[in-house]
Formats: sequence, C-alpha cells, structure tokens
Amino acid sequence: MVLLLAVVPYVLYVTGNTFWLDIFTRLVILAIAACGLNLILGLGGLVSFGHAAYIGIGAYAVGIPVYHETYGGMDAIASYNGFVHLGLALLCCAIFAFITGVISLRTRGVNFIMITMAFGQMMFYAIVSIETYGGDDGLTIDLRSELPFINLDSPLSLYGLCYISLLVVVFLTYRIRNSRFGITLQGAKSNEERMNAIGVNCYKYQLTAFVMSGVICGYAGFLLGNFTTFISPEMMDWTRSGEIMFMVILGGAAMLWGPVIGAVLFIVLEFVLSEYTVYWHLPFGLMLIFAVLFLRDGVTGAIHGLSSSGARHQS
Amino acid sequence: METSILFIQLLNGLQLGILLFLLSAGLTLTFGIMDFVNLAHGALYMLGAFFCATLTLYTGSFLLAVILAIPLTALAGFILEKLVVQHLYQRDHLDHVLATFGLILCIDTIVHSIWGPEGIAIPLPEFLNSQVELLPGIVFPTFRLLIIAIGLAAAAGLYVMVNHTRVGMLIRAGASNRTMVGALGIDISTLFSGVFALGAALAGLAGMLIAPITEASIGMGSDIIITTFVVIIIGGVGSMKGAFLAALLIGLIDTFGRSFLDDLFKLIMSGEAAETAAPAVSAMLIYILMAVILAFRPQGLFPPLTR
Amino acid sequence: MSTPILEVRNLCKSFGGVVAIDNVNIQVAEGEIHALIGPNGAGKTTLISQLSGLLQPDSGNIIFQGKDITGLPPYQFSLAGLARSFQITSVFQELTLADNVALAVQAHAGHAFRFWRNAKKDPALREPAMAYLKQVGLEERAGWLASEVSHGERRQLEIAMALATDPVLLLLDEPMAGMGREESAELIGILKNLRTEKTLLLVEHDMDAVFALADRISVLVYGQVIASGTADEIRNNSKVRSAYLGEDES
Repeated sequence: MVLLLAVVPYVLYVTGNTFWLDIFTRLVILAIAACGLNLILGLGGLVSFGHAAYIGIGAYAVGIPVYHETYGGMDAIASYNGFVHLGLALLCCAIFAFITGVISLRTRGVNFIMITMAFGQMMFYAIVSIETYGGDDGLTIDLRSELPFINLDSPLSLYGLCYISLLVVVFLTYRIRNSRFGITLQGAKSNEERMNAIGVNCYKYQLTAFVMSGVICGYAGFLLGNFTTFISPEMMDWTRSGEIMFMVILGGAAMLWGPVIGAVLFIVLEFVLSEYTVYWHLPFGLMLIFAVLFLRDGVTGAIHGLSSSGARHQS
Repeated sequence: METSILFIQLLNGLQLGILLFLLSAGLTLTFGIMDFVNLAHGALYMLGAFFCATLTLYTGSFLLAVILAIPLTALAGFILEKLVVQHLYQRDHLDHVLATFGLILCIDTIVHSIWGPEGIAIPLPEFLNSQVELLPGIVFPTFRLLIIAIGLAAAAGLYVMVNHTRVGMLIRAGASNRTMVGALGIDISTLFSGVFALGAALAGLAGMLIAPITEASIGMGSDIIITTFVVIIIGGVGSMKGAFLAALLIGLIDTFGRSFLDDLFKLIMSGEAAETAAPAVSAMLIYILMAVILAFRPQGLFPPLTR
Repeated sequence: MSTPILEVRNLCKSFGGVVAIDNVNIQVAEGEIHALIGPNGAGKTTLISQLSGLLQPDSGNIIFQGKDITGLPPYQFSLAGLARSFQITSVFQELTLADNVALAVQAHAGHAFRFWRNAKKDPALREPAMAYLKQVGLEERAGWLASEVSHGERRQLEIAMALATDPVLLLLDEPMAGMGREESAELIGILKNLRTEKTLLLVEHDMDAVFALADRISVLVYGQVIASGTADEIRNNSKVRSAYLGEDES
C-alpha cells in the first residue's frame, strides 16, 4: 500500500488525471489526521471527539497570517512564510490541547467524550463569530505557504510533501507504540487502577499523548489549508471529528496502519456512494451502525482476526 | 441599561434554558438508567420539529399537530431503541457514540430525502402569534411565554413521575441497581424502551416548540446537541436536578452574553476592539464556564450519588 | 519489637453513617508475615483500599518506614515501596506475561518519557521481568497473553508484578481466592520463599494458608481489631473463638 500511494497518484497525474491527484492528496492528509487521533484513541483508549478543531486551527494558522500579509493588520503574525504558518499551527494546537487536556483528562468515559466534543465546538463557534476572517462563509487563502525547495503550488510537490509526512507520522507512531511511553499509555488504557498500583501516574502521560495527538492533527490542518486554499469553520464541526474517528475505528484502532486503511476506506466509500446517490450519507450511516454491531475490532481487526486465528504461541 | 430590556432578556434566557432542559432531561434519563450515550438525541429533536411542521400543514392547527407529533416522535424513539440501541447497552461508550453517529447520518439523510434540503416554517395560530404586556412597558411574545409554561409543566411532571410514582421508583432503582430491578421481576427491556421513548418525546417536544421561531431545518439537531452536552456536564452527568439548574444557568448566561457583553467590554476597551471581541467571547462563553466549573468540580455541580 | 515498618494508627472510615473501620491500630514488623483475617463484612477490603491509597481515611494515620503517607495518591504508595495485589485479578489482559511484569519494572525505573527506543527489546526491562516470572514459577509462560493463562497463573502473575515494583512491603489481598488445593499449596511455597527478603501483609480467608505462613495475625471484626498475636495466641484467644472461628471455621 505504501508503494501504491506513491506511484498511482504520480502516474495518474502524468497521464493527465489531475482530479485523481486531488483525491489522493485529501486521502493522505486525512490519514495523517487519523494517525494523530489514533495516538490518543488507539494507544490511550481515550475517546476524544474534538479533533477536527485541531485541523481547523492548523488550517487557520495558514489562512490568518496570509490574510493579514495581504490586507494589513496584525503585523506580529502577518506572513507568507511557511515556517511561520507551521510554527503557529503546531504551537496553537499544543496550547489548545494542553489547556483542554488538563481539564478533560481529569474525567473519564462519557464525560471525557462530551467535554472534548464541547471544546471542539467552542473553536467552531469562535471562528464563526469572527467576521474579519469570513465567519460562517469561510476564508480564501490567496497564497500558499512559502517553503524553501518545495513549491506548494505544484500539486505534485504538495502531494509529495503530504505523502512523506504520512510516512514520517506512521513511523513516529510505530516507534512510540513500542517505546516505554507507548507501553505506559497502553497499560493505562488496559487497566488504570493497576497502573496506579504499580506506581504510575497515568495523567501526565495521557496529557502528553493528548498534546502530541493534537499537534499531529494541527499539522494535517496546515497541509489541508494549503491544499484546499479555502477554509471555513465547517471543517471544525463536531461531525468532522466524528468522521476522523470513524476512519480510525473502521480501519482498526489497534493496528499501526489502521488509520491509513480507514482513511482509504472512507474516501472510497464517500466517492463510490456519492456517485450513485446524493443521499450517500444513508448507506454510510447504516454501514457505521452495522460495523459497530457486528465487527468488534474494525475492518483490519476483522481481516487480521480471520487470518491469524488459532495460530498463536507455537512454543 | 434599561430594566425592561434586562427583564425581557431574562425571560428569553429562561425560555432557552427550558428548551435545553427538555433536551437534557431525555439524555439524563437514558444515561442515568441505561448508561447509554445518545448522540442521536438531537436527531429526535429535529424529527419532532419536522413531524410537527407536516402535521400543522395537514391539520391546519399547530396545537393539534403538537398533540399528534409527540406520540409520533415517541414511537420513532421506540423503534430506534428496538432496532439499534437495545443491542448496544452491553457495549462500551465508544460503540454507543459511533453507532448513534451513524444514526444521525441516516436520520438526517432520510429527513433530507422526505422534506428536502430547505427548512420548513411553522405558522402559529393568531392567539399565539401575538404579544402580551406583562408589566407596564414590558411586552413579550405570547408564544415564548407558552414555551416557558409548557417546559416548567414538563419539568414538574417529570419530578412527580420520578419521585412519586411506581415507574419513577423503578427508574431510580434501575439507575443505581440494575440487577435488583431485574430481580423484582420487572421486564427491564420494556422499561428501557419506554424510557428511551419518553426521552425521545421530550426532545421532540423541544423541537416542536422551537420550530415556529426558527423553522424546522436539518442542522438543528447537531447544533443543539453540543449545548445540551454542556448542560449535562455542568449539571453532573446523570443528575436530573443538575440538568434542570444547569439548563437555566446556560440559557441565561448565553442570552445575557450575547446581548450585553459588547456593552460590558466597551467599559474596559475601545469600541472597535469590543465590537470584534464580544461576539467571539459570547460564542465561547458557555464553554469557558464549563471549563471553569470542571476545573474545580470534575464531576459537575451535582454529581449523582453512585454506589 | 523493633520499630514497625508499617504502622496503622487510629484509622477510621465510615460510609454515610455506617462505620466500616473503627479506630484500627496495626503494626507490621520488618521481615514478618503478618496476616489479617476476619469474617466477611469485617472491613478487610476497606482497610486494604486505604493502605494502598484508593480510599482516604476519615481520620488516623498510615506510617510507612517512619513517613506519614496518609492521603497520598495510589501511585505514590507504590513508589514509596508498598506494593499490592488485588483480590479480583487485575492484570493487563491483552499483554503477554513478560510485558505485564516489564511494565511494572518500567514503572519503577523512573519516568517513562522515552518515545523512541523499543521497550519490548530493552534488556534493562526484559531481564528483570524474566527473573520475577521465574521467582513465581511462570517463566515458561512468559510469551503467553495474560488472558490465555489459568486463573491460578494469573494470581501468580499478580504477585510477580507486585514484586517487580521492588517493594519493601507486599500487601496481598486474598492471593488464594478462587484457587484449587494444589495451586494454593504451590503459592504457599512461593510466599514462604519470599519471607527472607520481603515483609508481607496477607489478607486471607484460607485458614490453612494463614496458619501455615503467618508469624503474627490480626483479627478484624466489625471494623475493629479484636486481637493481635502469634498463631497460637490467636487460636487460643477466647474472643476470637467466639466472634470468628466459632461461627466460620470451615
């Protein structure tokens, strides 16, 4: 699949199918966001329902400096420089994740779900209410971030950047998964009381993971802003958070490549279903319900479970 | 600041709070008794509004439409419970969230395909579509007063039902001890379906009451559900009393924030800065309030006594 | 008796008017196996929960190695050197036995803000983990998932995990619960081997185990310690006989 994602878009683009490159770019960006969410959801077992906010913050971290550089005002952040945008995106996400994490991680279960949801929606309403940046109508990004060596105006180099970013993020989560930090997180997910009994304060690890997860989604937002060049509060709506979560779960939260597979399935479903009917959300929703009712570990979980059942410890 | 404006905004805030309570009451019931998280609660609110809109069109009477639409929404809730929700009680909350998210997509699309993408306005009968002079110089829409009255009546009804009837006793017992209710020989599954349908009816009623003011539209459920969650979190998840007080609190604070915050900001900063800051802050106000309350009381103001 | 390693002073706890722990005093000396017995509902679980920080006492103090640790969060109890096992088996079901113990080793190797190195291949964690598994006789099961081994083996894993936190005092909450005769005998052997290096506070129903292991015994009835002494003293204590052994000798 790694190869497929590298070669197919390139071939399609060279043969003149630019439309497909757009689909692939969106797919890869969503996959990055899903990997980010999976850090807290899959490894930490914490159901955060507000991650679209980070994508939005990342995207507005591109849009707002560009807006001010073009139309004046707010000199401190006005810039076309990609590093300014990126720095701003990651920093704001880290701060927002830290503040909301400090509060929400003191709760568990339903409370945690609803609180993260509410904080996400708070960002949504905040952006909606700021008329300067278009409010409800959204904001057009006139110029893409300027980076050395990479011209983001070229769809192919933008895709290249997204693709490499995805590989880096997956590799990063792979290392984290098996590190002491990752194992501590998974222990807290499995049995928090026991973690306490062996002397681990889970809170600070969960908070760190929460911030990391938000930052990765913010990075995805930075890419998304540069990709679509039009951003609106709608991308931070809680139903978007639901979609990212849908990807992670559909792909299998426990699997390393689960979020990526989930993003692929999401795009494919969205694309295929919307070909047939404008009401494509209906089969989509039904599928979600059936997946929950009948598949336990997501789609990859189901595949994995089938191929390896019975063949465990040979010793 | 005139006291008459203050008084009218107080009533507006009360009216919003009452609506939020109707919504959060249903969620509190399903959560407190079945330990079930229902994201699709907002979809039932929307369904109520659309049922009422269509029935008003056919019967020509808004009041008759409401009377017919309430059992209809309850029935919709009952069917949902039997088809999907019932199979999820034993699962964890993540499954609840995902499945009910799927339900939202389905219900939204079905509503879209039946009623179309546009919202539907509901005409009010003459005697409701008027204003009353409550005090000299203070006029208030009759219908909004009616919302407050109906909401308070529903709250009182719920209070009596939960505290003084056999069903209420079962509900209270079920919340704290599920096996015990089972041991008493009560059919748990019917009790749960009934409670879910009751919650649906309350949410639907809220939708019917607001639709003549805002019109019935597809996004209405997704917008209000988060505010309802804020109410429940602040009140303490699972507590009916907490939900009631938090709903009024949120209704008042949100309304006052939107109407008076810019004046307040103008006292401490330039007019222009206040014009930009006030809408953003008032939009975030209830969430900030939630954060502050949770920072001191992670379980909300009135956490139900468990175990 | 020298200075006790754990001293419980005037501990009280009530739940909504019901007194669960009533002015309890217990002293555990270094190196001994101290057993806590009592009929159901005597308050053993409440006491254990307080001794591991899960419940806050209403009043009274818990002095451990000369330090007052009352009111600290549970993980601090563990870091101070007071490890516990759970009455209802509480292990990480989806991890292997070796991973379970390695996690406990890691917990006491300082903080775990290491994001890069593969902890599953880290000899600093694996080697001690294997040693602890061996100590409880589970080394052959190291690669199995905790959900796949027998109940008795999970109980042993509990003890290995508690040991892996390198405690001074081990708090064992009914380690024999749900075990067959043979498994119990094996566990008694394991615990006997521990007596040279650890202090044990054992809460147990199984009287054979208690009299086989304990140096001293405290008897808890209705939230009060009615007697404390050697096995023989307890056997011959008339208060204990009437309040406890007489009605529940099986």
